[in-house]
Amino acid sequence: MSNSNEIETTGKQEFTITVYTENRIGILNRIAIIFSRRKINIESLNTSPSEIEHIHRFNILIHETEEVVRKLSRQIEKQVEVLKVYYNTNQDIIWQEMALYKVPTDTIAELVSVERLLRENGARAVVIRKDYTVFETTGHREETDKLIEVLQPYGLIEFVRSARVAIIKDSEGFNRKLREFERREPGEDVIENEFLDKEKNVFTM
Amino acid sequence: MDTAQEVPTTQTEPKKTINVSGSVALLEGLIAEGTDIVFGYPGGAIMPIYDALYDYDEKLKHILVRHEQGATHAAQGYARTSGKVGVVFATSGPGATNLVTGLADAQIDSTPMVCITGQVFAHLLGTDAFQETDVINITTPVTKWNYQVTDASEIPAALAKAFYIARSGRPGPVLIDITKNAQLQMFDYEGYTPCEHIRSYRPRPVVRKEYIEKAAAMINAAKKPFVLFGQGVSLGSAEQEFKAFIEKSGIPAAWTILGAGAISTDHPLNVGMLGMHGNYGPNVQTNSCDVLIAIGMRFDDRVTGRLDKYAKQAKVIHLDIDPAEIDKNVKADVPVWGDCKETLPLLTELVEAKKHTEWLAEFRAFDQTEQEQLIGKELSPESGEMTMGEVIHQLNVLTKGEAVIVTDVGQHQMVACRYAKFNHTRSNITSGGLGTMGFGLPAAIGAKFGTPDRTVVAVIGDGGFQMTLQELGTIMQSGVNVKIMILNNRFLGMVRQWQQLFHDKRYSSVNITSPDFVKLADSYYIAGKKITEREELAGALKEMLDHPGSFLLEVMVAQEHNVFPMVPQGMSVSEIRLK
Repeated sequence: MSNSNEIETTGKQEFTITVYTENRIGILNRIAIIFSRRKINIESLNTSPSEIEHIHRFNILIHETEEVVRKLSRQIEKQVEVLKVYYNTNQDIIWQEMALYKVPTDTIAELVSVERLLRENGARAVVIRKDYTVFETTGHREETDKLIEVLQPYGLIEFVRSARVAIIKDSEGFNRKLREFERREPGEDVIENEFLDKEKNVFTM
Repeated sequence: MDTAQEVPTTQTEPKKTINVSGSVALLEGLIAEGTDIVFGYPGGAIMPIYDALYDYDEKLKHILVRHEQGATHAAQGYARTSGKVGVVFATSGPGATNLVTGLADAQIDSTPMVCITGQVFAHLLGTDAFQETDVINITTPVTKWNYQVTDASEIPAALAKAFYIARSGRPGPVLIDITKNAQLQMFDYEGYTPCEHIRSYRPRPVVRKEYIEKAAAMINAAKKPFVLFGQGVSLGSAEQEFKAFIEKSGIPAAWTILGAGAISTDHPLNVGMLGMHGNYGPNVQTNSCDVLIAIGMRFDDRVTGRLDKYAKQAKVIHLDIDPAEIDKNVKADVPVWGDCKETLPLLTELVEAKKHTEWLAEFRAFDQTEQEQLIGKELSPESGEMTMGEVIHQLNVLTKGEAVIVTDVGQHQMVACRYAKFNHTRSNITSGGLGTMGFGLPAAIGAKFGTPDRTVVAVIGDGGFQMTLQELGTIMQSGVNVKIMILNNRFLGMVRQWQQLFHDKRYSSVNITSPDFVKLADSYYIAGKKITEREELAGALKEMLDHPGSFLLEVMVAQEHNVFPMVPQGMSVSEIRLK
């Protein structure tokens, strides 16, 4: 989680950018280069089909100032095949990352302490084989990181973590907006110039 | 319900189709979009399209350029003078990579352009086939949209989308990459349907009245309002609406180089050019106005100078069609997101009719200073070497502001933009955002095709000319009538000027030698003349303009002459130097 001291000194903090796009080849590149041209590192990136057919939802995590994030969001939304962009701070969202851990089965079986540690960390066995066991846990970065530390002494063989997926607390969903996009003359109240209305909260729901 | 079930009365007729190749469908689509000219260069992967073109020579004029970069700049010149979409054909691999500079130029200067590139057979994609290059990914950052077609049936819809995207909203370049199999493939063509809507793309924002009202109130309360306008005015064909707005509100208006000509140079409210080499008044007054009204311009760093000392005292109203431009460089107090063709009349209705006589007089006082200290000597020197300014001045005298002036990039460009007179819109064709040396000659060719009845004069430096001089071949073969004026100072002048001012006069690699340009023109059967003396200038310019065809005039100008005024990099606009 972002350090509040850091926000005060550099103005930078974690932002989760949510992008709704058409499911088209090349759109990932179009979005990615908007960050790379400003030499901004993408901390994590998730893209997968949304609840609406043919529309993909991206979750992009970056560490930046709000001013830059707002400019990036507008430049992303400007892409022809992007429907909508939102950006949110960690306070505005509920998020999770999933992690998988592969450990030798014999250690787990022999050491009761390991089993307890796994339970304490909310891990769940996905696969148990003679030679290794795969555990899964979801949570924030700190939580999944902690389990790495815990398992390291017991011979952690392999580890992988997903990108952040986030739900926007205030979101009313995207379906209604999409119906407006499909109209040739979209209703004034629903989409256009909404950023002008909300002044600072541009591109947030 | 007891009503009888309705029986469909009409059976949907099967759509009439004709069996054609992808290439024929492409050409039919171009014609349906109103294309009458294509700038291009054939090659292996685009041969089926060129084969189809063989039968279309009456409907589609093809201009064979000498390098694909030339095709893009010609298409840009065409688009900028005609207001239509420029169309380019190029082959795969090197043909496609040669388009990149022109695409980048069109992207940053919002020029509508559709480039069609050939591509290797679909089954060869990704195999490092002969002349294969990943043109979609190479051009992604420099196109508004791009798309690869691998099946002929996709061509009509892809082309329709390309034209719609290129010319709507904030215009820009689009590239369609078509694999060779799709060009050859026969399919059932249903005819061409233009594209009018893409759900993820909203080129025309709905204008919010309350922001117009806020802006009008701010303008009405202003004592020293100042308008900055850019190419958005002419891209939106809003010249009349713009004129009506400034004339009613009485607000002085200054332009970016791409905005030049949207109102005539002589208009009493036109106070001149903004930016690094712009006029004295507009730069200084930016930091003393109380309300800054930016219309269709994007606060480029060459316009703003140092941002943290830019118009800090002023309230800013920003009219733009592209929401990504609002607050990008300068924070807007009132953003008016919309097409200025729509927003300006709404604003004009609400602003009070005023004459800011005293405020305008302040601008004129700055003009007076600039005239006395600089412009007078620049345009009418009595002795010494010829200046670029006096050449442009003499050209004004002869063309009376009626000509289209195309420039390349560098000192001559700044001088031409500063001093050329424009009576009409779409007359100043220059590479603004990208600053592409080599733009001038090919752009002039396209500009002439875009407006065949007007005189087109290309003003080019000795450096930039040598970047695309092979396009003399295009002039020779197409017979297009372009007046080429090379202002030769034997230096890469703008870089030399910076080296003189900021690098202790260490002239590193700016000394450039040139061939005999007149002989070069002659070898392309283009008439030419070189002059070195002031006395010859008026006569030579007249000879150039009166010549029935293309003409190359080389004018030897002062070698180490600097463009002033100048806002040195990192300085505020109000710190503009007159010498």
